[in-house]
Amino acid sequence: MAGPSAQIPTVNSQAAGVGYILLALFLLIYPWIASPFWAVQIGAQSLILGVVALSLAFLAGYGGMVSLAQLSVAGCSGYMVAIWGFNDAGMGLGWPWIPTVFMAILIAVLFGTLIGAVSVRTAGIYTIMITLAISVGFHYYVRQNYPIFNGWNGFAGLKPPIIAGVNMRAPIPFYYLSLGVGALAYAATVYLGRSTFGLTLQGIRDNDRRMRALGFNVTAHRILAYSIAALLASVGGVLLVWLNGRIDPASVGVGPTINILIIAVVGGLGRPIGAFVGAVLFILLQNFAIDLIARERFNLLIGLVFLAIVLFSPDGLLGLWQKIKKSAGRS
Amino acid sequence: MKLFIMTILNGLTLAALYFLVASGFTLVFGLMRNVNLAHGSLYLLGAYIGFSILELSGSWILGVAAGFLSMAIMGLLFQVFIFRRIEGQDLRQTMVSIGISIILADLMLAIWGGTTYQLMIPDALYGAVRLPVVGAYTIYRLFILGAAVVIGLALWLFLTRTQVGMKIRAGVDDKDMLAATGVNVHRVFAIVFAIGAGLAGLAGVVGGSALSIAPGEDVRYLLASLVVVIVGGMGSLGGAALGSLLIGLAEQFGLAYAPTYGVVYTFIIMVVTLAFRPQGFFGRKA
Repeated sequence: MAGPSAQIPTVNSQAAGVGYILLALFLLIYPWIASPFWAVQIGAQSLILGVVALSLAFLAGYGGMVSLAQLSVAGCSGYMVAIWGFNDAGMGLGWPWIPTVFMAILIAVLFGTLIGAVSVRTAGIYTIMITLAISVGFHYYVRQNYPIFNGWNGFAGLKPPIIAGVNMRAPIPFYYLSLGVGALAYAATVYLGRSTFGLTLQGIRDNDRRMRALGFNVTAHRILAYSIAALLASVGGVLLVWLNGRIDPASVGVGPTINILIIAVVGGLGRPIGAFVGAVLFILLQNFAIDLIARERFNLLIGLVFLAIVLFSPDGLLGLWQKIKKSAGRS
Repeated sequence: MKLFIMTILNGLTLAALYFLVASGFTLVFGLMRNVNLAHGSLYLLGAYIGFSILELSGSWILGVAAGFLSMAIMGLLFQVFIFRRIEGQDLRQTMVSIGISIILADLMLAIWGGTTYQLMIPDALYGAVRLPVVGAYTIYRLFILGAAVVIGLALWLFLTRTQVGMKIRAGVDDKDMLAATGVNVHRVFAIVFAIGAGLAGLAGVVGGSALSIAPGEDVRYLLASLVVVIVGGMGSLGGAALGSLLIGLAEQFGLAYAPTYGVVYTFIIMVVTLAFRPQGFFGRKA
């Protein structure tokens, strides 16, 4: 699925450049024309889930490793925000937000690297199985463990901090925070894809034996890819926990884990922007499923969309768009 | 001592259940390279259908048969109409199976709701027997253990002593060569998928009578199947048996002696296996 379509994106026409500028302008003025609900629940949430899905798209697109444990990494960092900072259960260490976020990201990156070290032992389809097993295991573990993770209840009362005098709890600052993080994560992923490391990783994806014969340390490159993906996921995890204000075993369950896969695949695993396209579609469907089909049947709807994409357009919506453009150009 | 023996017995009966589910999963993977992540959904759907048939007919045996047959047919349809069309693209097959499992889970929630059901055990299997050291132990749990051994032996005989079984084993080793000898590989695939799915459905009814059926059980058994085949090795019946034993015992010992960290045991086993034998105990290098 993450086949040769995952090339380095190149801006080869002025039209594309104009498109990027228009998109950037729209994203910047969006919170002023949208209601707080649209700014945060639709806008910021899409951007945050997009960052988490981006970490999967990075691993799958450049590295050929489809990891289902990326939400667990995000969840781990969310839990750490609760444990190192303040929470309603009174179990937090009460550190200020900067060291809290630092610790959360550090521990989540270590967790993600560990997952990588375990799952690179095998390749291909096994990766999905092992990472799914790890993510389900993480869910059961935090549900059973009361001393650290507060079991079934999880933690509530996790609010975004006041950064440089700006209260991030307000919709518009929070939207801009998410937008900034999202844009940074996107730029970093595109840059990494063109860097020596990214090219080596794509070489390993296409033919690991050849790369090994050329003298590259394949295992180390793969594990480093997991670490970088964990960094993206953990930053997303911090924002996600600030957005929801709480974290519990259900937020790292199988449902949300699969949702991240759906977002990345529906958008198109081959390109970094696909994660955000998928996230926007997913969030829109989630909020407006009630108009299309009964609210509680959202999973049926998203399952059908996912199935249709996987069966008929393996490159996701972006692949579909490319196909339409190509056939329109030909006729 | 009593707790220890009791834990071993519980672990064995749980392992028996895991074996029934995982044997189908491992056979399907071994032959078709298809990681069917909807396998847990087949377990739960089989259990629900068995429950409904039992409610209607009052016969437990009919319920078990319905669980097996309905899922076997469903598996057959999946293989013929969906998985066969995207053969050889393992990642895509897995994603399709994820999509199927999401849809099935939601449909089951729509039909049977979120309530927990318990299937009625037939009178002949109801009650307890006295065992040395442990005292009373439920007959039904021992029955599950016996049933898993019988089904495991039957599967083994089927795979080693019949012509179809021989073709299946040949297909696991090299399916292109098997096809070249004139065997209709797709028929073999369909048979294996039907048996694997049917076993999951059967395990659903049998397991649902011992424990209970509720939304979320699909994930539990999917996880068990995943870990069992990762540890035991893909495509190996013996591996599924060994993996089930390890995981069943680890889970029960975890529950009995370290409730807060029980899950960790299962994962330590998985990680240690991956570190020293990435292909699993009985698995062959891909």
